[in-house]
Amino acid sequence: MNHTVIDIEDAVVSYREDVALRGVSLRVASGEFIGIVGPNGAGKTTLLTIINDLGKLLSGKVWVLGNYVTKTNRHSLRKQIGYVAQLQNIDPKMPMNVREVAMLGRYGLLGLLRRPGRHDWKIVDDVLELVGMTHLAQRPIGHLSGGEQQRVAIARCLAQEPKLFLLDEPTASLDWKAKTDIIELIKLIHNSRHLTTLLVTHELSALPVACDRIVLMKDGLIWGNGSPEKVLTDENLSQLYDIPIPVVKARRQESTPT
Amino acid sequence: MDLSILGYQFMQNAILSAFLGGIACGTIGVFVVLMGMPFIGVCMSHAAFAGALLGLWLGFNPLLGAFVACLIAAAIIGPLADRGELSPTTSVGVIFSLMLGLAFLFMGLMPGSKSGALELLWGSILTNTRSEVILLGIVAAVVVGLVIAFYKEFQATIFNRDMALAVGIPATAIFYGILFLTGATITVSLRPIGGLLIFSLILNPAAAAYQLTYNMKRMFFLSAGFGVLSGWIGLMLSYLFNIPSGATIVITSSVIFAIATFFSPKRKVKRWQKAASRFN
Repeated sequence: MNHTVIDIEDAVVSYREDVALRGVSLRVASGEFIGIVGPNGAGKTTLLTIINDLGKLLSGKVWVLGNYVTKTNRHSLRKQIGYVAQLQNIDPKMPMNVREVAMLGRYGLLGLLRRPGRHDWKIVDDVLELVGMTHLAQRPIGHLSGGEQQRVAIARCLAQEPKLFLLDEPTASLDWKAKTDIIELIKLIHNSRHLTTLLVTHELSALPVACDRIVLMKDGLIWGNGSPEKVLTDENLSQLYDIPIPVVKARRQESTPT
Repeated sequence: MDLSILGYQFMQNAILSAFLGGIACGTIGVFVVLMGMPFIGVCMSHAAFAGALLGLWLGFNPLLGAFVACLIAAAIIGPLADRGELSPTTSVGVIFSLMLGLAFLFMGLMPGSKSGALELLWGSILTNTRSEVILLGIVAAVVVGLVIAFYKEFQATIFNRDMALAVGIPATAIFYGILFLTGATITVSLRPIGGLLIFSLILNPAAAAYQLTYNMKRMFFLSAGFGVLSGWIGLMLSYLFNIPSGATIVITSSVIFAIATFFSPKRKVKRWQKAASRFN
């Protein structure tokens, strides 16, 4: 059995009066691909951000890659964790091109006062090729579509050469073609680079193919945890999203590509 | 034009001050424009003005008062902006008015002549001393040196602070470092440019450079260049027409911004966005 790379113990996170996580525990083994599913406000993003310490724990512990996350080791741990946040508005006039943005992923690894060398640019060019963005490498980052920007964000993470790959709704607000392309790309990268991946998504149709395990979240708690076949049932989804089973069935049929 | 004026030390000091202040303000302005935080800079420049007047009133060095007030303003506004507790418009409205109120209160309480206070208000580059020029030079060198040394950390923080944190860059420390540098630049530029006008010299050259390039390094160079150009042209106009130098410097920087906007290659981005929105 693969060794544990993430161990979250009884994590509680609160944003003032709103409790985002209410004592969540989760163990992730090396090489796993986990899909995290749940309604808005369930605590999915918070679960990802306590792993790289962007989210602040009120109580509990998070153990990542052999260390408990603390204020002193968080910067060094973050260098080993690739994180793709939800699609963000990028200033169309931002004076940076695609290649420069992908290079940002290497800056933490390089450390202070060191400049990227030929080796770093080669890694960036390789990951841009992997995500199919070589032809847009010199284009200003603000001129890209949402799907293209997410590909660059994935390239930036890969340039970091991470051990863990955290993705927060990377397909949100993309068209169907871009969604399926991005999910396929993530699966390809996960397999070829032997990563441990946690993917927050609402793309239920893609999860059984991509994921080894599904974590269902609701109201800041883990509500279900297991293989996609066991967990992603119409009954579970009906209770998770508070909608009747026939409606779940109909929506799942609509979202399944023909 | 009579160039013998250049032989006088006060004019040499003024030309050097415009050069060094232009570089420091132009460089800091790039952060202000790209990180979308003009409200923080406006508050800090008015805090500096109030702090300097407090110094004049109580009899300690006005520059020290300006610098401490800048840091206090940054220490209050930074975390508020950071946590999203105040919208930019609310914080600028409240703190800007408070600082102006304090400034005029200190001015009112000051006994005797108000000429020192008015100099801080309108700026007087022509009366800059050699030691003030040296101080300006030190701050300009520190600002430029830090930007060169930590360019990649600044670039990542400018692009997206959360992303910079996520890749292992101490982006919060970098952000507060930027606020500290902004405070230092405002402080040393206060006397030559003036408390009411200094922020325009930070904002306008960078906003002009922003219109002209998609390359961040080039934007730093252009912004510093426009800052120097604003200072020198403004100084010349001030000398030729015998009008306040702070005002001519800031008006020149505004004209440079207007010209850059007119010739901006990025204007077509706006047209492109408008066209795209019609189809969405």
